[in-house]
Amino acid sequence: MLPTPSTSHASFDNVYEPAEDSFLLLDTLSASSETNFLRERFGQPSSATEGTVDSPQGAPLIVEVGAGSGVVLAFVNAHADVLFGHRHILTLGTDINSFACRATRTTAEKASAEAPDGHGNFLDAVNMDLTAAIRPGTVDVLVFNPPYVPTAELPNLSQHLQYNTYNPVTGNSFEQDSHLLALSYAGGVEGMETTNRLIEQLPEVLHPERGVAYLLLCAQNKPEKVKEHIRGLGAGWLVETVGSSGKQGGWEKLQILRIWRAGSPRAL
Amino acid sequence: MKLLTLNFLTCARRACKSSADAFPLHPRDVELEIVEAEPNPSFLSNILPRLEWPALVTLCAELGLPGLPGEAPEVAELTAGEDGKGGKLAEDLHRLLLETTVKEGALVCGSCGHEYRVKEGIANFLLPSHLV
Repeated sequence: MLPTPSTSHASFDNVYEPAEDSFLLLDTLSASSETNFLRERFGQPSSATEGTVDSPQGAPLIVEVGAGSGVVLAFVNAHADVLFGHRHILTLGTDINSFACRATRTTAEKASAEAPDGHGNFLDAVNMDLTAAIRPGTVDVLVFNPPYVPTAELPNLSQHLQYNTYNPVTGNSFEQDSHLLALSYAGGVEGMETTNRLIEQLPEVLHPERGVAYLLLCAQNKPEKVKEHIRGLGAGWLVETVGSSGKQGGWEKLQILRIWRAGSPRAL
Repeated sequence: MKLLTLNFLTCARRACKSSADAFPLHPRDVELEIVEAEPNPSFLSNILPRLEWPALVTLCAELGLPGLPGEAPEVAELTAGEDGKGGKLAEDLHRLLLETTVKEGALVCGSCGHEYRVKEGIANFLLPSHLV
């Protein structure tokens, strides 16, 4: 078991607290089936001692969308050597909630300091909607633990810019914190409204050959329907359930999809 | 926010996605801060293939930082020398990409002119609803 990053510095009044879904991502990404997949796809960094480049693709970029407390991104970064077989990875977090961005940065930096010989290179946490400001085609591994709970409506974004800023005089209001927290879980119809927007962004943001995404779903999201949607993105899109937990009445409560495109990355 | 991060960011506006002018973003009135990081030449050589070199040269010029060579170096140059540390070029790149951070200021899109604020090292790419 690899150590779980500490998030004790985060305020869970307005940032999602690591829960069963976060831990399922940690378990899945560090399971041998996934580390084998990642090492095969992104292993063999260039060797400094020989001065040669075995892998002209360079350091893979790992992006967690909606990183929240940063526990998943910090875990991937801190244990780069175990997950990827080398430390030469770049990690970047995004979140629509600026408080989450600050939490992610601290979580990632603390976890790196506690894994001095194995961590990758954490870049930054950037405040944005999903992948809005990520340069197209640059993401090698995308991780998303979405707001997946079915709700009557999505948080009202017209007030987001005000709610996204800390008020040093009065502190955060209850409405403000409720809004920020709702962004982390409220998924609208079938819990899929935000996830569907992310799925539509995958063909553009993922690297055209190497890109792979890990997406967490709950049973109410109708995972089989989501898989069909992903296969329908175009020729060559593949999707597979690579992690699951919490059986309820015979149904997997949570599952993690791996989404990628056909083709041998080694031949690229 | 590290300067290396800017290599992976562009304007958040949908309409700018296809514009060559939306990358790189241009720094405006920025306060830079050096945050020391452990040098790692082998890591630098793995970052090199990811860099949009002309964009990095532009960024350096706009920030008034010491100039980079116009052409991207070879990976071997970053690990050259008896100690394998690549000498001054590797030192300069390490300082530029991994230690130079934007603490405060703005990043401006060269296509639409929209200005994104950076506060306490965190860049804000959220758009008012009428621009989404």
